[in-house]
Amino acid sequence: MEAMIAIVIAVMVGTGVYLVLRARTFPVILGITLLSYGVNVFVFVSGRLKLDQVAVVGVSDSPTDPLPQALVLTAIVIGFAMTAFLVVLALRGQGELKSDHVDGRRDEEID
Amino acid sequence: MNLALMVLLPFLGAVLPPLAERLRASRTVLALTAAALPLLALVWLWWPAQRVLSGGIVQFSRPWMPSLGLDLAFRLDGLSLLFAVLVLGIGLLVVVYARYYLSANEKAGRFYAFLLLFMGAMLGLVTSDNLILLVLFWELTSLSSFLLIGFWSHQSAARKGARMSLAVTGMGGLALLAGVLLLGQVAGSYSLGEVLAAGDRIRANALYPLILVLVLLGVFTKSAQFPFHFWLPHAMAAPTPVSAYLHSATMVKAGVFLLARFYPALSGTDLWFYLVTGAGLATLLWGAAVALFQHDLKGLLAYSTISHLGLITMLFGLNSPLAAVAAVFHIINHATFKASLFMAAGIIDHETGTRDMRRINGLWRYMPYTAVLAMVATAAMAGVPLLNGFLSKEMFFAEALEAGAVSPLSWLLPVGATLGGVFSVAYSARFIHDVFFNGEPVNLPKFPPHEPPRYMKVPVEILVALCVAVGVFPGFTVSALLAVAGTATLGGTLPEYTLSIWHGFNLPLLMSFVALAGGVLIYSQRRRLFAAYERLPAMDANLIFEGRVQALVRLAAALSERLRNGSLQSYAAWLLGVVALMLLVYLTPALLTDSGAMLPLDGAAALGGLILIVAALITAFLHRHRMTAIMSVSVVGLVVSLIFVRFSAPDLALTQLSVEVVTMLLLMLAMYFLPVRTRVESGALRVGRDVLLAVVIGGGVGVMAFAMMTSGFDSISPFFLENAKPGGGGTNVVNVILVDFRGFDTFGEITVLGIAGLGIYALLRDLELDSAATDSMGRPWARDAHPLVLVTISRPLLPLALLVSVYIFLRGHNLPGGGFIAGLITSVALLLQYVASGVEWVHRRMPGDYHPLVAVGLLLAGITGLASWMFGYPFLTSTFDHIHWPLVGEFELASAMLFDTGVFFTVVGATLLMLANLGKLSLLDDKRRAG
Repeated sequence: MEAMIAIVIAVMVGTGVYLVLRARTFPVILGITLLSYGVNVFVFVSGRLKLDQVAVVGVSDSPTDPLPQALVLTAIVIGFAMTAFLVVLALRGQGELKSDHVDGRRDEEID
Repeated sequence: MNLALMVLLPFLGAVLPPLAERLRASRTVLALTAAALPLLALVWLWWPAQRVLSGGIVQFSRPWMPSLGLDLAFRLDGLSLLFAVLVLGIGLLVVVYARYYLSANEKAGRFYAFLLLFMGAMLGLVTSDNLILLVLFWELTSLSSFLLIGFWSHQSAARKGARMSLAVTGMGGLALLAGVLLLGQVAGSYSLGEVLAAGDRIRANALYPLILVLVLLGVFTKSAQFPFHFWLPHAMAAPTPVSAYLHSATMVKAGVFLLARFYPALSGTDLWFYLVTGAGLATLLWGAAVALFQHDLKGLLAYSTISHLGLITMLFGLNSPLAAVAAVFHIINHATFKASLFMAAGIIDHETGTRDMRRINGLWRYMPYTAVLAMVATAAMAGVPLLNGFLSKEMFFAEALEAGAVSPLSWLLPVGATLGGVFSVAYSARFIHDVFFNGEPVNLPKFPPHEPPRYMKVPVEILVALCVAVGVFPGFTVSALLAVAGTATLGGTLPEYTLSIWHGFNLPLLMSFVALAGGVLIYSQRRRLFAAYERLPAMDANLIFEGRVQALVRLAAALSERLRNGSLQSYAAWLLGVVALMLLVYLTPALLTDSGAMLPLDGAAALGGLILIVAALITAFLHRHRMTAIMSVSVVGLVVSLIFVRFSAPDLALTQLSVEVVTMLLLMLAMYFLPVRTRVESGALRVGRDVLLAVVIGGGVGVMAFAMMTSGFDSISPFFLENAKPGGGGTNVVNVILVDFRGFDTFGEITVLGIAGLGIYALLRDLELDSAATDSMGRPWARDAHPLVLVTISRPLLPLALLVSVYIFLRGHNLPGGGFIAGLITSVALLLQYVASGVEWVHRRMPGDYHPLVAVGLLLAGITGLASWMFGYPFLTSTFDHIHWPLVGEFELASAMLFDTGVFFTVVGATLLMLANLGKLSLLDDKRRAG
């Protein structure tokens, strides 16, 4: 199971990195989203994998590590805020520069 | 304490003149404020001086950074006393002189401030009892001299000269720092006393040559020794009082001071002899020869200074105690006659408007009094008997003969010394004859020249009087100070010597006469020599230096041009490339050895993993099909929330699910407004590079994750698990951590969330976007903006969703849920109304402004935290109690719940602020299209 989670993280981070390196804003946004998924899962599993041991007092006999969960919970929300900010930045760039290239170059300049 | 305060006085004094200037004080008052504290320091010096003159050492020490070996330690021994007197005494004379030199419209306050800053640095340097402190003051002299040399910053020559001197002495300072650090390591202490006592150990150490070369680099750059002499003539662009101070008594003497200071620790070896004597002799000859050919008054004095510094350096290099004493003596003599000569040159410049000796002639008739002063000082410089320069020069000749007798360079040293003396007499003769006689002035900017103001001459008079007094009565004037300074330099007993004018007819006296006669002879042949000099290829150190600087700047510009090319894409690639490199370097198989127990893989998990992998790959490789990419990214998000469910994190799963919904809405809006087509523009090479980076980083992070999951660890979490119920009053430990244990973090995080929301709001203001009329396949967007089915279902869903959200919120402290999740659910429910019925419909029914909500949430959370202060607890301490509600029964009320309410409002406010504002864009777009 650990190996599979590791592979899953690797794939999310790898595809995220690839997309972040694209030239247009939309794939970069997708890439950031995938990267944050990967990183969130990575931080989450630093508490190790445990089945059915929810960190609620009195429910489980050996509860899982709650600290990474608390960190990841806020990370998910902040990650969303960052993605939203990025989207709006991309839109503003599109509005101001009439280009969705990350360097703000127009299509005419590239051709 | 006395010593540290004395060093501090000039620094304190540096504040006064600018203040006085601001109060519109007259120039005389300004000079008086500048002189006050140095004068105090000089008077103060009287008492410790008595102890030093009777053979003691005054010390002061306080630890500063003991871990670095840096102490605030000062010492006053003979050598320090001599230099302190020179620094303060000549400094005071320069302050008086500058009062008359600077014109009324110059910023005299700033000038005095720089001057006193430099004085303080110099005073600290000569009294430091700690090597690192010494280097600190050393650097401070470089910096403050930069300000002084560049004081006339409107002149290009001043700026360039200041920059050159800073570059050269700064680099020397770095070398010195390295040398001093090694020296401290070898000696085992950075305390000067211990280092000087460890001379034998230092000389025997294998690092000695390196230490010596590094320290000498500092010395030679500072004291303008060949081949680092070239900065000094360019520093003549400074105002003349600066030259009189820096280039006679202080700045350039700092280098030879260091030779004297480290004499017991570093001297006495062949390497020392060859390096120091060699550099000194070369500098002596070069400077003396070139000085003759300078047409600029200050240029002549600059090269003469270089030459005299070479003489002093050479004396230190001879490894003879008597030579070291002679060197110290010449330091005193050179400081007095050279300072007065610079001042005289300044007076001449001031009165005639030029420093060109081809135009200044025959001044004897116009300013005879100044002429007498200058001629006496020049004679001292040339080594004429009955003046101080003669005494030390005589000792120099004697020592050169002595050293020549025992060293392999038997003839070179005395011959070189005599030759230096010859040139020295020649340029001195030129200074006297060319300026004060030699016909009539030629085309002077100011004509006729007058004697300067009375008090401008006072500093010169004092210095010239000293030259004569020392020259005639050395025993009464200087011998006591010289004896203690010499003793301190040698770090032991003083050799036998007599300071007298008449030693009888001997070889040194003969050399003196050869020098005098030869010098006059050379000067008489000057026309032929000047003509020959003109034919020599011109070599301007400034041009060469500036050329090198420009080349360096061009190289740096070209380099940064390549790296900083304005492309975010390439920056991201560099960044990730470095990450990949670090992963490759630091991830080793050793990480994977410690294998803990692993969970078995089951079919459902394998299927889920497979789905995620396929979906992520689809997102990456089909990102041009935007709808497909959004769908597949949402699949990844859903599987991630399943992972959270599976591995005992229901809170995370709920959060991830609700965030997933808002993220999808966001991506849809982005897709709607961004150009529909993503062009293919990366070449195969770039795609290959990016795939490589992705594989390395993804693989590396995966390996890291695996290594982490399979290794044992100690967590701090048992504390949270144990104290959640008794300390925080809740059983859901994740929530208790968020709102209680780590409440301050959460407070910061919701603040960031609020700021992001406001940032988005600001970015979207006045933004006009044209959406494409069709999608990438050429199909028009659906006309039916608000499908009836969605509207019908969404409206009854709203109260239900809100109810769920309240439930989730209330139970959050004890079971999965809480402010974050409840806030997200509420946001989703409201956003659904936006999607289904449109922005206008929603805003007719509820206020569309969400920033107040963010503010309310943050205030609530903040005030809850502050409230605990009122009860005397730290910020965000929570409390809870159980109350009995009728019908509901036992109910727990925690202050953390109020905090969680703040979190709830902030999350709702920020999320809606982001998405509703984005949604409004489409409203504008629709209107534009309709209109």
